[in-house]
Amino acid sequence: MKLTQQRKLRTTLTGLFAWTIALILFFPIFWMFITSFKTELQAISVPPSLFFEPTLENFSIVQERSDYVHHALNSVITAFGSTLIALAIAIPAAYSMAFFPSKRTKDILLWMLSTKMLPAVGVLVPIYILSRDYGLLDSRTGLVIIFTLMNLPIVVWMLFSYFKDLPKEILEAARMDGATPWDEMVKVVMPLSIGAISSTGLLSIVLCWNEAFWSLNLTASEAAPLTAMIASYSSPEGLFWAKLSAASTLACAPIVIFGWFCQKQLVQGLTFGAVK
Amino acid sequence: MKRSITRLLMAPSVILLLIWMIVPLSMTIYFSTIRYNLLYPGQNNFVGWMNFEFFLTDPGFFPAVANTLILLASVLIITVVLGVLLSALIDRPFWGQGIVRVLLISPFFIMPTVNALIWKNMMMNPVYGIFAWISESLGLEPIDWLSSLPLASIIIMVSWQWLPFAILVFVTALQSQDTEQKEAAQMDGATGWHIFRYLTLPHLARPITVVVMIETIFLLAIFAEIFVSTGGGPGYDSTNLAYLIYNQALLQYDVGVASAGGLFAVILANIVAFFLIRAVGKNLTV
Repeated sequence: MKLTQQRKLRTTLTGLFAWTIALILFFPIFWMFITSFKTELQAISVPPSLFFEPTLENFSIVQERSDYVHHALNSVITAFGSTLIALAIAIPAAYSMAFFPSKRTKDILLWMLSTKMLPAVGVLVPIYILSRDYGLLDSRTGLVIIFTLMNLPIVVWMLFSYFKDLPKEILEAARMDGATPWDEMVKVVMPLSIGAISSTGLLSIVLCWNEAFWSLNLTASEAAPLTAMIASYSSPEGLFWAKLSAASTLACAPIVIFGWFCQKQLVQGLTFGAVK
Repeated sequence: MKRSITRLLMAPSVILLLIWMIVPLSMTIYFSTIRYNLLYPGQNNFVGWMNFEFFLTDPGFFPAVANTLILLASVLIITVVLGVLLSALIDRPFWGQGIVRVLLISPFFIMPTVNALIWKNMMMNPVYGIFAWISESLGLEPIDWLSSLPLASIIIMVSWQWLPFAILVFVTALQSQDTEQKEAAQMDGATGWHIFRYLTLPHLARPITVVVMIETIFLLAIFAEIFVSTGGGPGYDSTNLAYLIYNQALLQYDVGVASAGGLFAVILANIVAFFLIRAVGKNLTV
């Protein structure tokens, strides 16, 4: 009797504690969201005001000033485009490594991951010059290529660790029926790993959406995604907090909401199958 | 026959990554040995190690290396330690667990650029920021975070972004922990601390490796937060290698020195990767 009561109390306390931490960590996002509906004067009032008459004015100003829709479209095209290409390239590679491993498979996988350790800033200049020479500066195509290569190692790794966990018997049965490796991949493995493929894709989309280094350095206006648009608000002019908040809210809302819906899958994806 | 097909399937990934690695890297090596300043075109003569000398004797060099490593180590420690403790605490079910999860993971989806802007303007501003308001409400002097504690400010921003990631990975991992084992230990009189130390922590070894590996890849390249919030300053107090090289290349137009710096960053990343991949190679079954 006493024990269950103690347990109940503990559960309540953990709950309270968890809520406190969660609210503290979420507060900056909440505050950005709230501020985006304030007037500039309310935004910088001390003490901070929590109750006010919300206005939508900031959002229309943001759209006018920096054409949100144009940049959002760039974000969507580059994030989804590069993710699709990365998946198309990575699925065959992961499949062949998972089901037809050789002595060098492990080395190849580690080498792929090590290309992620190549700091972007170390190769910024050559990439900048190559993009310039091939007319890819400030173009969506250029960004899609970079994003694809940037995420390819992680996509291969994630798919590999999923494929490896598929029961081998299913493949053997298909092989008995005379399926070629290609048939196996397209008709057996891929349908079985729709969940894995989509969670890998989701992660890749999130990483592309939030990528800032390449988009800041390789785009100007034509192909600039939302990350680059937001950075332009860091100038002194950006000190208009309410507008800045509106722009930030607009830039983050799609990916945050997207993330909420797919959080479970994303976490599974991010852990390379190491967490079961 | 089968082998050639599997090779064919791997070829696009391997070839593309090879190109992605070799082409820019060899160009960087070449640039690092010539004089190459965008302000003085046509004077690209061979200069040997001079660019490296310039980069290594740049007053920003040591602060940048130190800041890169401090940033990496601090964020790793903060996110892993707090992540393990918090996730062990919130492992058992409680009211609203789903919502708490959603709130906790959210900072991970915020763009680094926006992250920096929110913290710089709305949290850490010495006059109008929430922190200043809290300090004043407590009767304390508000801190001008970005100018007096620039590196700490960056560490806070980056940790805020990555702590949710660590918590979620650990919480997910803990859900697969054997509850019977835990209960048996409790029956035998094990304290909460013992259970945490001898059951929970070993269970988390692999997830911790994964978190450390993924975070290291991203933390060595921290750029947007610094670019947007402190601009590396004041002085070199919050300049990391990535930002220093960016500064050389695009603000001072010195491609040669920037390339030498880039190579240095590649070497540093590979030293870190060497240890990392050895640890990961052991811990991840391939």
